[in-house]
Amino acid sequence: MSQIDLALQQDESTSEHAYASRSQWKMMVSRFKKNKRAMVGFWMVVFCVAVALLAPWVAPYDPIEQNMQIMLEGPSLNHPFGTDEFGRDILSRIIHGTQISLMTGIVGVLIAVILGVALGTISGYFGGLADTLIMRIMDIFMAFPSFLLALAIVSVLGPGMINVMIAIGIFSVPTFARLSRSSVISIKDKEYIEAVKAMGGSHLHIIIKHVIPNSIAPIIVLSSMRIATAIITAAGLSFLGMGAQPPTPEWGAMLSTGREYLRVAPHVSTMPGLAIMFLVLGFNMLGDGLRDALDPKMKL
Amino acid sequence: MFAYIVKRLLQVIPTLIGVSILTFFLIHAVPGDPARMIAGPEASAEEVAEVREHLGLDQPLYVQYGKYVSNLLKGDLGVSLRSERPVLDEIMGRFPSTITLTVMAIAVMVVIGLFAGIFSATRPNSLIDNVTMMVSLFGISLPVFWLGLMLILLFSYYLNLLPSGGNDGFSHFILPALALGLSSSAILARLTRSSMLEVINQDFVRTARAKGVKEKLVVYKHTLKNALIPIVTIIGLEFGTLLGGAVLTETVFSINGLGRFIIQSIQFRDYPSIQGSILFVAAIFVIVNLLVDLCYGLVDPRVKYE
Repeated sequence: MSQIDLALQQDESTSEHAYASRSQWKMMVSRFKKNKRAMVGFWMVVFCVAVALLAPWVAPYDPIEQNMQIMLEGPSLNHPFGTDEFGRDILSRIIHGTQISLMTGIVGVLIAVILGVALGTISGYFGGLADTLIMRIMDIFMAFPSFLLALAIVSVLGPGMINVMIAIGIFSVPTFARLSRSSVISIKDKEYIEAVKAMGGSHLHIIIKHVIPNSIAPIIVLSSMRIATAIITAAGLSFLGMGAQPPTPEWGAMLSTGREYLRVAPHVSTMPGLAIMFLVLGFNMLGDGLRDALDPKMKL
Repeated sequence: MFAYIVKRLLQVIPTLIGVSILTFFLIHAVPGDPARMIAGPEASAEEVAEVREHLGLDQPLYVQYGKYVSNLLKGDLGVSLRSERPVLDEIMGRFPSTITLTVMAIAVMVVIGLFAGIFSATRPNSLIDNVTMMVSLFGISLPVFWLGLMLILLFSYYLNLLPSGGNDGFSHFILPALALGLSSSAILARLTRSSMLEVINQDFVRTARAKGVKEKLVVYKHTLKNALIPIVTIIGLEFGTLLGGAVLTETVFSINGLGRFIIQSIQFRDYPSIQGSILFVAAIFVIVNLLVDLCYGLVDPRVKYE
């Protein structure tokens, strides 16, 4: 280990900042725990994650097995959410659909976080031409209504959930890039960064070890909120036939097929919609709570 | 002011160029051979070649882009592969429905969102504030297409009050505008509340109250007026969300608008139409945001156009 590395390590463990950030996290957690709405959101999300992970065991029926004898039946003891046009159990389909929606939301936002934080950090840290170029490109992406941009990307890549994730990732990049740029700018001239620079830390070292960890908090808050948007957008794309293809039990696609039976069997559309709302509400409440815990004045 | 307008107009040009580049590349981002994709899997080699030539895909990229832009400047968005009519005509035939829907949704959003927000902000942390904010949390979590279906179920099927689809008259737009606007009104309500709360505790508001100004005047003239900038900004941004959301709403309510046209074009792989309509909508969105920027001065005279 070189001397610089040693010095840098020392810097991290002994700097006032390290203590400050640790207690800041503690304060954040305690503020979050006191916020009832945030805790409800947190448990709603935990519930959905558990359902998604345990789907094969908790779903009472096979989500794609058809049984024409019981098609379009309303809610009953055997089928609490009723059955769809192929006699499939809607509850089981919703349970399995949780996996798809969560996965799409999380992977989509992860793509956006990785690209957005990378671009935003380069932009904010180096400034100059790179900054201008990156931000102008982001502006162009933002000139498109976001749902339309996602739709355009999927129309090019072709329908399918993987492409939906890519589309959601791309259309969320500018939001993350802007936020991470502004939080990088707010810390890049701080003394502890100057100190690492003075000790000869490379740009890459400073960015990875100091700039990103110290500018990530708002990104986490935004992620939680964007997962909510991503889930609704993905369901919307599937509703239009651009996402999951039959017989995949995707909520938006289920809702779309239910449209044809709205008059005779409204539960086919109602139930998946309620599921979407539950999960999205959970993420929105969680995001609100994280924002308030982190910085009540933050505008996100 | 005039210099500012000119400056902002000039700033819009690079954005529009960027938008045109992005939509131009849309067709080139198609995996594999776009001509083959458009012609369909059963098309013969000659047919594919014909499509390629027809769309100019056999020429170098810069030639294609140059031609694309020079056509754009002449108002030529190409010819629809599906109907073989000019894309611009197709768009113009459908745009009135979409803009009617969007503007009505904006009205829903402003009326409900603004008043709910003001109502909440003037009674902070009361039961009614908590309920309003909880309802608006539900509102932002609602998928617009699901809300649309539920409105059809309630108002068309059960109560028989309003038509469930089509675009023949004003009454046909009520449910779609509600479905589209409600979610945005929830966003606006939250923002109005937080924006007003920031102002309501300031000295000038206290002074106004102290000198005995009526509460209504304090709220609307002193507080709301000073909280308007973020509100106006979000209305402009939501315009884009609503234009995008119109795709879903038009599908749910079978409105023959631009959104449905885009979906039909995607299903038909009618790339000139997809390109043209997306470019058109983005241009409208850019112009609306420009107008919002220009409104800042009207809303808040302290904003200096420099």
